[in-house]
Amino acid sequence: MKWDWNAVGDFMPHFWDGVLVTLQALALGSLISFALGLVWALLMRTPSRWVRWPVGVVTEFVRNTPLLVQLFFLFYVMPEWGLTLSALTTGVIGIGLHYSTYTMQVYRAGIEAVPAGQWEAATALNLPRFRTWQVVILPQAIRRVVPALGNYVIAMLKDTPMLMAITVLEMLGQARLFSQQHFQFTEPITVIGVAFIVISYLASLLLRALERRLVH
Amino acid sequence: MTSGLWELVLKGIWVTVQLLVFSSLVAAAVSFVVGVARTHRLWIIRFLAGFYTEVFRGTSALIMIFWVYFVLPLAFGWQLVPLWAGTLALGLTYGAYGSEIVRGALGAVDPAQKEGGIALSFTPWQRMRLILLPQAVPEMIPPFSNLLIELLKGTALVSIIGMGDLTFSANLVRLALQQSAEIYTYILLIYFVIAFLLTRVMRGLEKKLKAGVGKAPERRTVTEPGPVSAGVGAGIGGGS
Repeated sequence: MKWDWNAVGDFMPHFWDGVLVTLQALALGSLISFALGLVWALLMRTPSRWVRWPVGVVTEFVRNTPLLVQLFFLFYVMPEWGLTLSALTTGVIGIGLHYSTYTMQVYRAGIEAVPAGQWEAATALNLPRFRTWQVVILPQAIRRVVPALGNYVIAMLKDTPMLMAITVLEMLGQARLFSQQHFQFTEPITVIGVAFIVISYLASLLLRALERRLVH
Repeated sequence: MTSGLWELVLKGIWVTVQLLVFSSLVAAAVSFVVGVARTHRLWIIRFLAGFYTEVFRGTSALIMIFWVYFVLPLAFGWQLVPLWAGTLALGLTYGAYGSEIVRGALGAVDPAQKEGGIALSFTPWQRMRLILLPQAVPEMIPPFSNLLIELLKGTALVSIIGMGDLTFSANLVRLALQQSAEIYTYILLIYFVIAFLLTRVMRGLEKKLKAGVGKAPERRTVTEPGPVSAGVGAGIGGGS
């Protein structure tokens, strides 16, 4: 096994470009999945089954099919329908949509964990439905689920390399480009592998600290 | 779509199924070995198993596939056939997630059961085989069923290194027809059907195993965990 530190040095500028794109995709993807997941979770609680049923089917479908194929779908089919977006935007939408079907379950669990007394108190105080959700239920539900949402951010981080397949130059994309140009595969791919372990380990430490602060 | 193109898709399904079967076998073996090792009484074995879990959960499955496919041949001279490269990478990665399930289920067995085994002077291996595992395995099935779906979704990744699985066949059809809506819709539906069948099979298995230890299967609560974080104790099936 031969290891060339010069190649690592040459790769570093590209590596940082890649890190930047990865973190960008991660941040935007998380925002979309948090917002959309909440929308799904609320829609699943509407009394009408004509809303619940389609939402349930669609989210189940998205959750049980590969993110990679969904990305291809968005990337190749949306232009056919006359909607051309940049590769990064497409990727962010794909990741956000895919993970919103997971965060939806997290919100659901959080909402169900709010004690029934809170609902009854809101009724007793004659709070309108919207205010009940806004100031009573959601603040308590969301506080409880922040650690679980954080887990999904880390899961999302580990799915960002898929964006390479739709030509986004994130970490793995940069590594592959560099390997093909310089015929050095070992160093760039190992570097980003280690970088992923480090980033997700740091993120999990951060998350544990957050969990301690929120839960107690 | 012409019949020739459908044939391509069928071949893709076959490769995906093969990959799914092989890598789930590897993942199951890894999860049991590593999961049981994490309850071992020697600290060094616990530490090594924990280290393995952290490393393989910490990195991305796609990067593992790239590493096995591109770096192993150059660095160590082991050239693997794409099918085995994919199997190895997916099996090792998802095995690390599975080991958390095994560890969690073993930890959830009533401590009195273990003490009973000690009182009857069973060896550690007999305790594991005759007391702990028969009670822990049925509890593992629902989280393993979720993990199997994740693994199915993970198999799509091998198309990026050029293996002719279902996703790869979709890309070929797209190039041939110059239109994508139809074929990608079909492919998504096929994946969904496979996932649905897998859930059914696993549910039947759960029923059978639970009947074996005299328990009725619980009502399913749908908390679908993704390939969750490195480090955080929760992990798959922890349902934090």
